[in-house]
Amino acid sequence: MPKWGMAADLDRCTGCGACVTACHAENNIGTVGASEAARGRAKHWIRVERYWEGDFPDVRLKFRPVMCQQCDHAPCEPVCPTYASHHTEDGLNAQVYNRCIGTRYCANACPYNVRFFDFFNPTWDKPLHLQLNPDVSVREVGVMEKCTFCVQRIKAANIQAKAEERELEDGELKTACAQACPAQALVFGDLDDPESEVSRLSRSPRGTKLLEDLGTRPNVTYLPRQS
Amino acid sequence: MSQVPHAAPPPERLTADLLRPVLFTSWRFYVLALVPGIFVVAGLVSWLSQMFFGFGISGIRWPVYWGFYVTNFVFWIGISHAGTLISAILRLVNAGWRRPVTRCAEVITVFALMIGAMFPLIHLGRPWLAFWLIPYPSERLIWPNFRSPLVWDFFAINTYLTGSLLFLFLPMIPDFAVVRDRTTGLRHRIYRVLALGWRGTPKQWHRLETAMQIMAIAIIPVAVSVHTIVSFDFSMAPVPMWQTTIFGPYFVAGAIFSGIAALLIAMAALRRFLHLEDYLLPIHFENLGKLLLVMALLWGYFVFNERLVTYYGNGPAEMAVFWQTQREAYSPLFWTMVLGNFVLPLILMGIRPFRTITGCVIASIGVVIGMWLERYLIIVPSLGHKYLPYSYGSYAPQPVEIVITVATFAAMTLLYVLFAKTVPIISIWELKGGGHGAASVAPAVPELGPSAGHEGRS
Repeated sequence: MPKWGMAADLDRCTGCGACVTACHAENNIGTVGASEAARGRAKHWIRVERYWEGDFPDVRLKFRPVMCQQCDHAPCEPVCPTYASHHTEDGLNAQVYNRCIGTRYCANACPYNVRFFDFFNPTWDKPLHLQLNPDVSVREVGVMEKCTFCVQRIKAANIQAKAEERELEDGELKTACAQACPAQALVFGDLDDPESEVSRLSRSPRGTKLLEDLGTRPNVTYLPRQS
Repeated sequence: MSQVPHAAPPPERLTADLLRPVLFTSWRFYVLALVPGIFVVAGLVSWLSQMFFGFGISGIRWPVYWGFYVTNFVFWIGISHAGTLISAILRLVNAGWRRPVTRCAEVITVFALMIGAMFPLIHLGRPWLAFWLIPYPSERLIWPNFRSPLVWDFFAINTYLTGSLLFLFLPMIPDFAVVRDRTTGLRHRIYRVLALGWRGTPKQWHRLETAMQIMAIAIIPVAVSVHTIVSFDFSMAPVPMWQTTIFGPYFVAGAIFSGIAALLIAMAALRRFLHLEDYLLPIHFENLGKLLLVMALLWGYFVFNERLVTYYGNGPAEMAVFWQTQREAYSPLFWTMVLGNFVLPLILMGIRPFRTITGCVIASIGVVIGMWLERYLIIVPSLGHKYLPYSYGSYAPQPVEIVITVATFAAMTLLYVLFAKTVPIISIWELKGGGHGAASVAPAVPELGPSAGHEGRS
């Protein structure tokens, strides 16, 4: 059973935002418009956090792409009264939209604030409504949604490999954000495979987890900037 | 003949006085029912429009996903600790002065619980699926998640509501019988059903006393557990300033505190509107005022503990929230809370000449406002300042939330008015009989006079 994980090399991240766009396109995430976004209703399953370091004029800009950390000890899971937020066998932190009743407790418990509530039924700025992904369900008003590690791609790749009676190869399967990243800062793969790229990066002495001291055991490893 | 405290109206007058609101209707009743009724309807319309247009018309936003609704939830569940707990404790210690107070307290419990229990529904994204919290055998073989504090809430509140309904209903049975015997027609038939065939035989009295004794003992742990579990909604989540072991007792103390305040306001209103000056005496306000003072001190102690420990712990995430409430955006609300919950009751209830009925009401209003703010200040600043500075956020309530909040206070008023209209708000038999079966116990307050003796009710 694979254990899906990701590594984000912050030395490579340019903050371009391609991952955000790709994620929106892949996962049928609605657009809410400028005024609703200003009211805190934007849904970005992955976001690029921007931090300034130092005092002017000696400042440095840092980017950090943040998506669901797919924690092993996810705080969102025990608090959900209906098991809408639960752990799958391959270590994914799944969200069952149809089971969600919208208490939003999971989002409060999440220290990373990577869970998003559907305040309205989804809409898309034209012509984005013409490019919806048929493999991903759209979410109705009143449920929580979040990064799934592109579970539809994981399923599809597994089915393909099984049909061809072979093992899934490293790099064959990429999430939308990793695929879109021009600098290849995001790497997705199987952490149980010691030879995989993501395993190699996660073992790096540079590797850290976000808010590691909270004990959530995230499956995303960040390689902080050195330059 | 039993002696009724102080003015001691004779039993005939007592029955007449206490039944007057039930048997006769003045135009004031219609005003008192209509005005809050309009607000309640407005609240229902707001909730429906929230379901119709989408949750987005509220002020909830990323990352502050709980706001007014959960504040109201905790606040009303807190208010519900007025009755049952206070009256159960006073019953168990046989405090004689409690008799005119118990029922108006127990009613607050039941209605505040009903109102509070609405909010987990109102705040749901998909309230029509709320029944998934019930552990019923479904064809999909899915149970609710018993690890979730929200599921514990569901059970705790239902238990408490059932218990306090019973606790309210049991001592009403003899009074229903009194009303039954003095009414005719449809009303007679309704009260006959409610009186459950009460004849006042010694056996019935004995059973009633036993049942109430059992309920009084059983309801206390339930009440304490309910607000502890409500506090678990917060303390079980890894959110700065939420995850603290003090929340259980802190919430229970705050709940009793706000409950006493609500009771004092309700008693003052009843005394005025129903002309119960001979029954709800200054001594009752005085005694409950002292209780309010004790709870204010206890509340201050808990807040001091919570704040000081956080300050010394000096965790970066906690301190971000700490300073928000202490001297940044939320500090006006914080210091208003301290004023209403601590300074005001300390002055008004601590200095004897101020401990009048008016003083009690002013202090209680301060406490009710302060306790509402306390819950708001627990929920919103923490959610808005959770770890990653990138995702800091603020929250501003929208009209739909404000209308629903106002509607809850209107609903409380409406339910209370309707109840006082249909049931004698002061227990007639308890006031007449003193301590049935416990006549030898001296009342806690000497000036209320001995209440010994069995009035011929067996």
